Amino acid sequence: MTIPFAIIALMTITATVATMSLRNLVHCALAAAVAFGGLAAAYLQLDAQFVGFAQILVYVGAVAILIVFAVLLTRGGEPTTEALFSKTWVTGTAIAVVVFGVLAWTIRNSFASQCEITALPDATVKDIGGALMGKYVLPLEVIGLLLTAALIGAVIIALKEEKK
Amino acid sequence: MVGEGIIKGMAETARNFLGSYVSDERLTTVQYPEERDVLPEATRQFPFLVYDGNDPMAGLRCVACQICEKECPPKCICIEKSKDKKPDYVGKPQIYPAKFDIDLSVCMSCQICVEVCPFEAIKMDTEYELSTTDRFGGLLVDKHQLAKPNSHFHQIHPTDANEVDERLAAEKAKFEAKTKADAEAKAKAAAEARAKAASSQTPPVSA
Amino acid sequence: MSGLSETFDQIFVTLKHWLLGLLAPVLPESLLSLASVILSLIPIMAIFPGLFAITTVLERKGLGRIQNRYGPNRVGPFGFLQFAADGVKALIKEDLVPRAADKVIHFLAPVVLVIPVFLAYTVLPVGRNMVAVDMDAGVLFFFAVGAGTELAVFMAGWSSRNKYSLLGAMRAIAQMVSYEIPLILSTVTVIMMVGSLSTVKIIEAQSTYHGLLPDWFVFTPWGLAGFILFMISALAESNRSPFDLPEGESEIIAGYFIEYSGFKFALFFLAEYLGMFVISGLGITLFLGGWHAPLESLEVIPSYIWFFTKLIAIIFVLIWIRGTVPRLRMDQLMNFAWKFMLPLVLLNLITAAIWHFMAPGAARWVVSFSIVIGSYLLLGRALFNNQHLSKRTYRYAE
Repeated sequence: MTIPFAIIALMTITATVATMSLRNLVHCALAAAVAFGGLAAAYLQLDAQFVGFAQILVYVGAVAILIVFAVLLTRGGEPTTEALFSKTWVTGTAIAVVVFGVLAWTIRNSFASQCEITALPDATVKDIGGALMGKYVLPLEVIGLLLTAALIGAVIIALKEEKK
Repeated sequence: MVGEGIIKGMAETARNFLGSYVSDERLTTVQYPEERDVLPEATRQFPFLVYDGNDPMAGLRCVACQICEKECPPKCICIEKSKDKKPDYVGKPQIYPAKFDIDLSVCMSCQICVEVCPFEAIKMDTEYELSTTDRFGGLLVDKHQLAKPNSHFHQIHPTDANEVDERLAAEKAKFEAKTKADAEAKAKAAAEARAKAASSQTPPVSA
Repeated sequence: MSGLSETFDQIFVTLKHWLLGLLAPVLPESLLSLASVILSLIPIMAIFPGLFAITTVLERKGLGRIQNRYGPNRVGPFGFLQFAADGVKALIKEDLVPRAADKVIHFLAPVVLVIPVFLAYTVLPVGRNMVAVDMDAGVLFFFAVGAGTELAVFMAGWSSRNKYSLLGAMRAIAQMVSYEIPLILSTVTVIMMVGSLSTVKIIEAQSTYHGLLPDWFVFTPWGLAGFILFMISALAESNRSPFDLPEGESEIIAGYFIEYSGFKFALFFLAEYLGMFVISGLGITLFLGGWHAPLESLEVIPSYIWFFTKLIAIIFVLIWIRGTVPRLRMDQLMNFAWKFMLPLVLLNLITAAIWHFMAPGAARWVVSFSIVIGSYLLLGRALFNNQHLSKRTYRYAE
């Protein structure tokens, strides 16, 4: 466990806890953006440049903005008046601990974590592009189709309101 | 074509930008305290009192008729008549203003006082840099500050001054002609009376 | 290239290596790499804010001349020290924070806006061998940090608890998000042709000279269209006239930075201008050949001088456009992005592909130019003729 990884992990976990526990919804959304940034830092620390920058571009640049717009447009910005912790927090914590234990045990015993750490693979953007267009072209096209359907759906929903 | 307007607009602004270095038409700014704009002749700011000759108080044309005080819309003129008289430009004794105050902060430069004055005594000045730090009395001017010579009037409004001078000279000539005619008539009447008296003094010796 | 011009060209690189050589016996290994990074960053932190200061004065004087008046001409010779007066004013003004404002976010918003803009300068090659960090995915990093500015705009607008500020922030974010698509797609054509996301390699691909013109991408049909689309999107991304509705003073009373005064306002101003510079710098890198000279014989002039000359030329054009074009209304803005620029930029991709696969010669010039110009004219005419200007109807919220 190196020092940069410890710092990044601490920052991400703090941001995620803040996302759950802050009162003001907009503060939670911003803390979520910090958590995404922490994840991106983790990717960059593992030398995965493309994934790290794509994480910032997509999550902080689009998903966080989406969350924030949703909060804005539905008047969720006012602070909540009820208690922060629900009444069933004991059961909730127990389930969370169990899930965490299962995930941790699975990851520890998985094939990937028991390999020897060899030299880092040199995955340039060119290699990623080649793989996307070569070996993984079918998932890419399916995702493209899905995004196109979403875009057309958005246009239709927006259009219908005007054609009253 | 879309975008044509933008290109034409950019050409016009470029012409403005480059022209502002060479021609006055494209850069009309007058940098105020260092340069002053040339004002036209009919400019008017606040009134002043005209005097003829060298002595301001003796040559003052104003006879305290108070017409301007009554006609002034914001009532910024305050006149007090004097008790004695002084001769005016034709020589006739007239009263003169003992106090002639104008509150320049009230004056609205409408020029009505100039238009109604029958004696060409009050005219419009062109002085506008009159800022003062005294809020209450700083812009209240009295007759000593208001009196300015006829030469000043000639300098600021030449055509008007020439016209006024001609009119006053004509009036003076008429007045002098009249007085001379009156004097001649009076002299002739006196001579006739004296002749009559002389003739009546020596009655004929006849019984 | 001769020895003397090469010395001048690499003078800053040599200076940095010399300073590192001085520090090497003193510092341990890890701190030495930190020192190297800091030495690369100090010129960026010094030069670009200096350029910002000069640009504010030049802009005010330029706009003044365009509008038939002098600009500021009292402070310093011909008014060129005006930025010092503005800086002092910004620093000593009272820093007002509204009582209902969200204090933490209100404080952080200018900071979060300025940091990504400075981060974007690290991938900009200012001269030969003069890029702060040569990343493999440089252009992607650039756009990723651009996304950080949108979040800062929202923070500024939300934290002021002010209707105008919130509206301005929402409009600004909508505008920035809509114009990111033409921006990124117009750079994708360049990336396609070069085959790499690294800014250094993109400049390398434009380093040859054929005949009269250099091999810059702007001298190809798809490159010219791409450059124009890129610069329009860059204007919109940095909220600059004619796309400055979110911060227009007569429209929405300065939009998302209404409640900011003093130094925070100066930071917003700084971030806007620095954003303008960095995105113009990226445009120069992608389309105008970076730090290369236009003619081979002019390569004796140092590379960073060429870069800054091109940057200042683009800044002048941007100031010129600001003085010419009126502000676009919000719906006009959005229509322009989605209905006009997006189809054009997609067609540009196809044009670039056709250019790449046809043999070099006159044929590909004709085909590419006809697609670019034909699509522009047809789309323009179609959109113009489809404007149904009818009686305005109002739709009220239920």
